[in-house]
Amino acid sequence: MRRNQVAVVGAAETTELGVIPNVSQIQLHADAALNAIADAGLKLSDIDGFATAVETPQQIAHYLGITPTWVDGTSVGGCSFMLHVRHAAAAIEAGLCKTVLITHAESGKSNIGRTPRMTGPDSLNGQFELPYGVSTPASMFPIPVLRYMKTHGITHEQIAMVAVVQREWAAKNPRATMKTPITVEDVLNSRMIAYPFRILQCCLVTDGGGALILTSADRARDFPNKPVYILGTGESVETPMVSQMQTFDSSRAFKVAGPLAFREASIAHKDVDHLMIYDAFAHLPLYGLGDLGFMPHEETGKFIADGNTRPGGKLPLNTNGGGLSYMHSGMYGMYALQESVRQMRGIAPAQVKDARISVCHGVGGMFGASGTIIFTNER
Amino acid sequence: MAEPARARPKPTPETQHFWDGTQAGELRLQRCDACANVYFPPRPFCPACASRKVSVFKASGKAKLYSYVIHHRPVPGFTPPYAIAVVELDEGPRMMSNIVDCPQTPEALELDMKLEVAFEKLDDKITLPLFRPAKG
Repeated sequence: MRRNQVAVVGAAETTELGVIPNVSQIQLHADAALNAIADAGLKLSDIDGFATAVETPQQIAHYLGITPTWVDGTSVGGCSFMLHVRHAAAAIEAGLCKTVLITHAESGKSNIGRTPRMTGPDSLNGQFELPYGVSTPASMFPIPVLRYMKTHGITHEQIAMVAVVQREWAAKNPRATMKTPITVEDVLNSRMIAYPFRILQCCLVTDGGGALILTSADRARDFPNKPVYILGTGESVETPMVSQMQTFDSSRAFKVAGPLAFREASIAHKDVDHLMIYDAFAHLPLYGLGDLGFMPHEETGKFIADGNTRPGGKLPLNTNGGGLSYMHSGMYGMYALQESVRQMRGIAPAQVKDARISVCHGVGGMFGASGTIIFTNER
Repeated sequence: MAEPARARPKPTPETQHFWDGTQAGELRLQRCDACANVYFPPRPFCPACASRKVSVFKASGKAKLYSYVIHHRPVPGFTPPYAIAVVELDEGPRMMSNIVDCPQTPEALELDMKLEVAFEKLDDKITLPLFRPAKG
């Protein structure tokens, strides 16, 4: 894909985030979509391309009253929206549609009108993982981390620092769910969920949604907000079974998607001003820093523990507070994208000064899928 | 009322040999006749070279502990805290399992510790392959 040919011209989250017991999941999609339409100064009838995950495109498109000529229902977990951005950019460049709306919403906490997710007993997961007592993502996602720590010499204290630093970012964000400062001791003394991870190393469970609108860069200048260009993209999938990852020392999906996006963007790691790495659990930023090539995995824990990713550090990471402290409705990738767009527009609550390039890296399932989007505000 | 049981696997035509094996006290893997790749979970072709010529064989049942969590939340059929482990079989493939005859603590569960398969019968049709610390 060519650089900077497509731009984000509309971006918004749901009016409320957190606990929203009076709104169903489908209406959260609509709330985010209507906010993004207003942000872009468009009408719903201007939308001719539509993408969403979990819910089918026909469900949400019909609810909104949209008649698209291009749809994408890619649903590979929390990074689905990174893949939608990549696919939408290609579709716009190919002339399949002009203006794409991407929506995410999940009634993750309140469970109002939520689509059930089931694992059948005759699926591979049902036969070869479920019988051993896995249930929630917290029982599965951390399974690789002890091996990662042993291979790379990472300590419990270093991983605890991921949560501490992200809380520092969240404290600057009025919309963050958790804003009270925490220490490494607080993290390591919090309630055990799945050793070695405690509750402060696990994502929040909230309600909310978000939406993006993309169009060609040539049209993007005519919109009310500063365009945010798509500089590079990457995607991949590995396995729905965490036990069957090629290795626990890294993520194959990350190692494919991340470098692909860097190559497409033709940038070096030192060019990155702002970074989002989907943090459903506290080990993910370490995997991301290593697999995206910022540094060897051995250095990731020390890099974060030394404060390089905190406010004022040289590589601002997860500046909205992340899935650990900002919000996590189940498929957090949309919120990471929203924060990258805010940073590129220069309107983030914890704005990184003069940021020109933002890397937004997502995970889907338990390391099962990955998508990376590199944004810039300069064409 | 009976205690809630753990999730019970339901075999498919492609996995039946594996579950027949555990019932017979054998851990059965598959090996590609063309490229000798040993793989899991079961399927009637080689995921390395796409050959459909593959053979089922009895694995040694020897493994080592690759990684795990100790889950502290309630799940039907389990008494927390309990370890959910991934073991690496001597033949190469890894599989999820539980570690039995061993305290479910970080001190007792050492990465790379040697394990051996221990079959646990769930009912007349399903026996699960669990693992315990290897003797000697």
